Amino acid sequence: MLLAAASSLPAWAHAFLDHALPKVGSTVTQAPQNVHIWFTQDLEPAFSTIQVVDQAGNRVDKGDTSVQSGDEMLVSLKSLPPGKYKVMWHALSVDTHETDGTFEFIIASQ
Amino acid sequence: MSRPSLRVAAAVAAGAALWPSGNALAHGFAGDRFFPATIQTDDPFVADEATVGTLTKNPADPTDGQSYSYEFDISKRITRDLGFTAAYQWNYFQPKNQPPHYGFGTLTIGQQYQLFINNPHEAMALVGLQESLGHTGAVNGGQADDHTTISPTFDFGKGLGDLPDSLPWLRPLAITGNLSVDFPTRVNSNGALNQEVFNAGFAIEYSLEYLQHHVRDVGIERPFDHLIPLVEITSATPLNRGSILGTTNNTGFATTGTIAPGLIWSGQYYQLGAELLIPYGEGQGHGIGGLLQFHLYLDDIFPRSIGRPLFGG
Repeated sequence: MLLAAASSLPAWAHAFLDHALPKVGSTVTQAPQNVHIWFTQDLEPAFSTIQVVDQAGNRVDKGDTSVQSGDEMLVSLKSLPPGKYKVMWHALSVDTHETDGTFEFIIASQ
Repeated sequence: MSRPSLRVAAAVAAGAALWPSGNALAHGFAGDRFFPATIQTDDPFVADEATVGTLTKNPADPTDGQSYSYEFDISKRITRDLGFTAAYQWNYFQPKNQPPHYGFGTLTIGQQYQLFINNPHEAMALVGLQESLGHTGAVNGGQADDHTTISPTFDFGKGLGDLPDSLPWLRPLAITGNLSVDFPTRVNSNGALNQEVFNAGFAIEYSLEYLQHHVRDVGIERPFDHLIPLVEITSATPLNRGSILGTTNNTGFATTGTIAPGLIWSGQYYQLGAELLIPYGEGQGHGIGGLLQFHLYLDDIFPRSIGRPLFGG
């Protein structure tokens, strides 16, 4: 009953990751063209970023982070070979709360 | 100035220009790890939070007496690393076949200093001092102390997110703990010895939020993706003033405590908690108790006012 009441409350203050594509911790068979993250709160576009690196720590995104529909953040990727990649996001919610997070995904060999 | 120094200086200046001042950093975070406000044990971080209420039914005591309590508390940051706490409770005790005793307990205040927060290793620690103030509650009713007790404390937290990738299902685990010693300022109260006591408490948590959003999307939907199952274990070990010293007060040195399995649900503005209380140790009573807690994150509710440090926020 308490959880049902909690789930009906309005949007949250800190912007946490709600879901992502590629999915957190997933293995994909096709190299994605972008990383798309949905957050629990609207974001300040100028101060919210996504970076993607390979296992050697090299940037593999195109540096073109954009915020769409208020709570979605997107960055496009270079053409990626199979391997493990780390997504590092930084979000500033519209009411000034900062959050950071990371997750990984794998592009499987064909 | 050398070239590397010029580049560093330029980067810092650019970052300072882009970064808005006065942003509110989230409480209880170290890297990807969120440490919820645990119930039986102290938190390893200074914060702006308040417990609206913790309602507890304790296990029955050895004489079949039954006790309940309602506690409320507040934590407030003075600076980013320095905090202040206060806790108070109302107690109700029903002895078997006798009239009940009830009244306010002992007011406890504390000062905390955040030693460090290590983001890559999801670790944090603080030191503090607590004072349980004498004569701040129903002393005559037996619900509060007639003396002050001073307790230096050390609290820590460690998330296991830095485990190797070969252990993904263990990475949502975290452990927090607190260590303290009680030094009563009075040896004897109404014929009973006030012992110096070593306290240890630990919480072992498995964060479904961490699993779902940082390790692997396993399809846990809202609101269940913010559940944190945990077990809290507390212990108290008297250090002196027991029967071994040849006194008439046969209190002894046995370690006693509780094992409290439960659930925390952590939202943005508040947190809900529920735990069972299972006593262990000599003279700890019998049966199982339980508690419910409603806890507020003041930094999220009031990010531009009381939810910020008083200085340097």
